[in-house]
Amino acid sequence: MELTVLNNNVQLKPKEYRSTIEPTWCPGCGDFAVTAAICNAFSSLGVNPDNAVLVSGIGCSSRLPLWMRSFGFHSCHGRAVPVAVGMKLSRPELLIAITIGDGDAYSIGGGHLPHAARRNIDLTLIVMDNQIYALTKKQVSPTSREGMKGSLTPFGTLDSPMNPLTLMLTYGATFVAQAFAGNPKVTGDIIKQAIEHKGFSFINIISPCPTFNTIDTFEYYRPRIYSIEDLHADKTDRINAYELAESSLDHTKNPEAKVPVGVFYKVDKPTYDSKVAVLKVKYKGTDTPDLKAIYNRFRA
Amino acid sequence: MPNDLIIRIAGEGGEGVISSGDFLMQAAARLGVEVVTFKTFPSEIKGGYALSQVRVSEEPILSQGDSFNILVAFNGEAYAVNKKSLTPGTVLVYDYPGGDFEPEEHPGVHKYPVPMSKIAKDVLTSYISKNMVALGAVAELFGIGMESLKSSIHDKFIKKGMEMVETNYKAIDAGADYVRKNLKKTDPFMFPTTRPRKDTIILEGNQAVALGALTAGCRFFSCYPITPATSIANYLTELMLQVNGYVYQAEDEIASIGNCVGASFAGVKTMTATSGPGLDLMSELIGLAVMAELPLVIVDVQRGGPSTGMPTKHDQSDLFAACFGSHGDTPKIVLASSDVEENFYMTIEAFNLAEQYQTPVILLTDASLAIRVEAIPTPDPSKIKIVNRTVYQGSIEEGEKFQRYKVTESGVSPIGVPGTFGAAYAATGLEHSEDSGPRTNPETRTMMTEKRWRKIANLENEWKPVEREGDSDADVGIISWGLTQSVVKEAVQRLRAKGLKVAALYPKMLWPLPVKAIESFSASVNKVLVPEANYQGQLAELISAKTSVKPVKFNVFRGEPFIPAEIVKKVEELYELEKAGV
Ligand SMILES: Cc1ncc(C[n+]2csc(CCOP(=O)(O)OP(=O)(O)O)c2C)c(N)n1
Ligand code: SF4
Repeated sequence: MELTVLNNNVQLKPKEYRSTIEPTWCPGCGDFAVTAAICNAFSSLGVNPDNAVLVSGIGCSSRLPLWMRSFGFHSCHGRAVPVAVGMKLSRPELLIAITIGDGDAYSIGGGHLPHAARRNIDLTLIVMDNQIYALTKKQVSPTSREGMKGSLTPFGTLDSPMNPLTLMLTYGATFVAQAFAGNPKVTGDIIKQAIEHKGFSFINIISPCPTFNTIDTFEYYRPRIYSIEDLHADKTDRINAYELAESSLDHTKNPEAKVPVGVFYKVDKPTYDSKVAVLKVKYKGTDTPDLKAIYNRFRA
Repeated sequence: MPNDLIIRIAGEGGEGVISSGDFLMQAAARLGVEVVTFKTFPSEIKGGYALSQVRVSEEPILSQGDSFNILVAFNGEAYAVNKKSLTPGTVLVYDYPGGDFEPEEHPGVHKYPVPMSKIAKDVLTSYISKNMVALGAVAELFGIGMESLKSSIHDKFIKKGMEMVETNYKAIDAGADYVRKNLKKTDPFMFPTTRPRKDTIILEGNQAVALGALTAGCRFFSCYPITPATSIANYLTELMLQVNGYVYQAEDEIASIGNCVGASFAGVKTMTATSGPGLDLMSELIGLAVMAELPLVIVDVQRGGPSTGMPTKHDQSDLFAACFGSHGDTPKIVLASSDVEENFYMTIEAFNLAEQYQTPVILLTDASLAIRVEAIPTPDPSKIKIVNRTVYQGSIEEGEKFQRYKVTESGVSPIGVPGTFGAAYAATGLEHSEDSGPRTNPETRTMMTEKRWRKIANLENEWKPVEREGDSDADVGIISWGLTQSVVKEAVQRLRAKGLKVAALYPKMLWPLPVKAIESFSASVNKVLVPEANYQGQLAELISAKTSVKPVKFNVFRGEPFIPAEIVKKVEELYELEKAGV
């Protein structure tokens, strides 16, 4: 089936991508801005909401699909990526994006990321990184800074934070970006590029949680954020991308260090579903198979 | 039974034991006789004791049988393992001289020494043709049509060239030749009279599941390799591409069931296949499919547990896991099939039920059934009923809103499929109202829980999930499930032939338990026996819990299926007790 997913004739305004359900997030939550940025991206691309699915896991951030007018699947903690992979492989014509939290993506669901990325499945993975587990009320997450106090680590966590950007570069994602919820316009533009990208695209969006993370706030990040767009012309340069991505956590040790946002890496490679399509042609795939002929291959 | 012959070939993994059995099987099917195989092999890749048994008969074959009439022993271990079954009247064909053992005295046993290794090495200069030499000898001894045997060998090796075919013919002929020149037949066993070739296909248990899925319309299959389920995927990979579907090797079982849940949401029929440990990992997402009301088929090819247990061995001990795995109140359907043909049709039923009731269906088979081979009548696709979910077509009417979880009398609601205008909804594993919005109020919770269970409440009447056979007022009634059913069927025949009044009930659906059928069956018999290949008596426990019946348990848990003689003996004991009024 051919579906028109992106279509400039679908002139929906950003707010028309929202459902009638009002978000239940706390006032000041960064995820509002992420929702707005997704709506902006959908609107400027002319996404047909009937042909798009937003898949999430569990967490505050993972409620996002419920507030949207497109198809959505609010699944299980850590499992949004496999659910989305199944959708994409069975219905490649759909637009499928994943909207989840940092705990969901990098901890419980961490095992799924390398595989979706290295296979270059045409999905857009949007992680709302508040550096905390919010829904379960303040436990440290894999991106929490060292020494952060959580309900299970009142003495401050002993863990070092992981760097999702360098990880995704290593895993083989073909589009790696970082954005900041405090800048919805730029974020919307990066999401737009990610959706347009054919292949596995990944955006880590710094999306503060004013309720449980009083360190990594909008105010903390605003003066530190800088755009890499000017100094990083060749986005296919993986080493350069890697170095820039490495610097993303410097600020946790060095108060002077800045936090890069923008597209770090973008290369074109055949997507997984395009390779599957080739195989289907090779094996003479048909929607109206002759079952009798298939059985006869097993004749005694 | 008339001309009912069991040939057991035993040796070491890698010696061609399994392929010899397969050739015999195929030759028999081509000769129009009834045939069923039974195999066991070790978990090790190479070496270890392997067995391939072929049972042929003029009458339909119900089980693997009790033991063998003819043992073909490739080595000393094979002989040692089986020698206690060399009872008077049986036949031993063995590798001698030149083999690695010399058998003891076995009074009454017909012994045929054939120097298989020696002929292979000296005459044919290739040790690997030993099994072919043995096959030739067996064919000559028992009158198996040489042409059929050769034609199945031809079809297997022709891909590797005619030279390969000729080499194997030569080995077969050498074996037959040796018998003709050196041995005198002393046993009475002969291959059944051949009939006109029937319109049959030869399928292994797992192959039947794969073809059933394809027939039902499955177009996405995701799995993670695990013995003994993996070959379902092996059989499907190319076939799926030919029907524009895809088989995906996921990174783990959690991913594979997640993939299936996603594909089902996207409107595509989907299945995964696994074994015990994988089923455990899938529990959480099976619950998600229950909550999101998505059709989905999970095949659990049971193996010996707990934990890694015995990966290649028979066991029927995942029934509790299938019925009760996954947290919360999770209505799902559990089916089990008893033979290869049923694997095919039961897989289709699993899809039909999943689609109709929008809920996961778990189909239980097991390690022995997975590799059992049967020649079954070629299915006629035009006669097979296929059910598809009720898809909401969308509406442009002003103000109409799609209610994905609309509460209906049957509990089944229309599904929205991405790509349909007006059908958009967000599925969630959270409790939700009719429009799929999350809700936790008591009314919604109660209403939705009831709706989900209502879907399957009447299944026993809507879908006839049991078969019954035997006397209408029997002294002993047997209730069994899975592969054990095929053994019980044979036992019932034997018992009735002896004049005992017995009956059997064969539930194909185990959850929801067909309570009415079980109650009325047990009301018609004096005692109920439940034989199961597990320690706890899992079906017997379910019956005790859900009905007023108090069954007698009969359990084996040795990694091998029951044999009919065991069931016969047990029933006779119960029968005597019953007669004595105990
Ligand atoms: C299997 C499982 N384990 C644990 C939980 C509990 N749980 C719910 S949300 C969550 C963490 C969410 O953190 P994150 O993904 O960062 O999202 P946020 O709430 O911060 O947006 C956890 C541990 C669960 N729902 N399922
Ligand atoms: S707890 Fe934090 S992440 Fe959750 S809604 Fe409130 S602000 Fe947002």
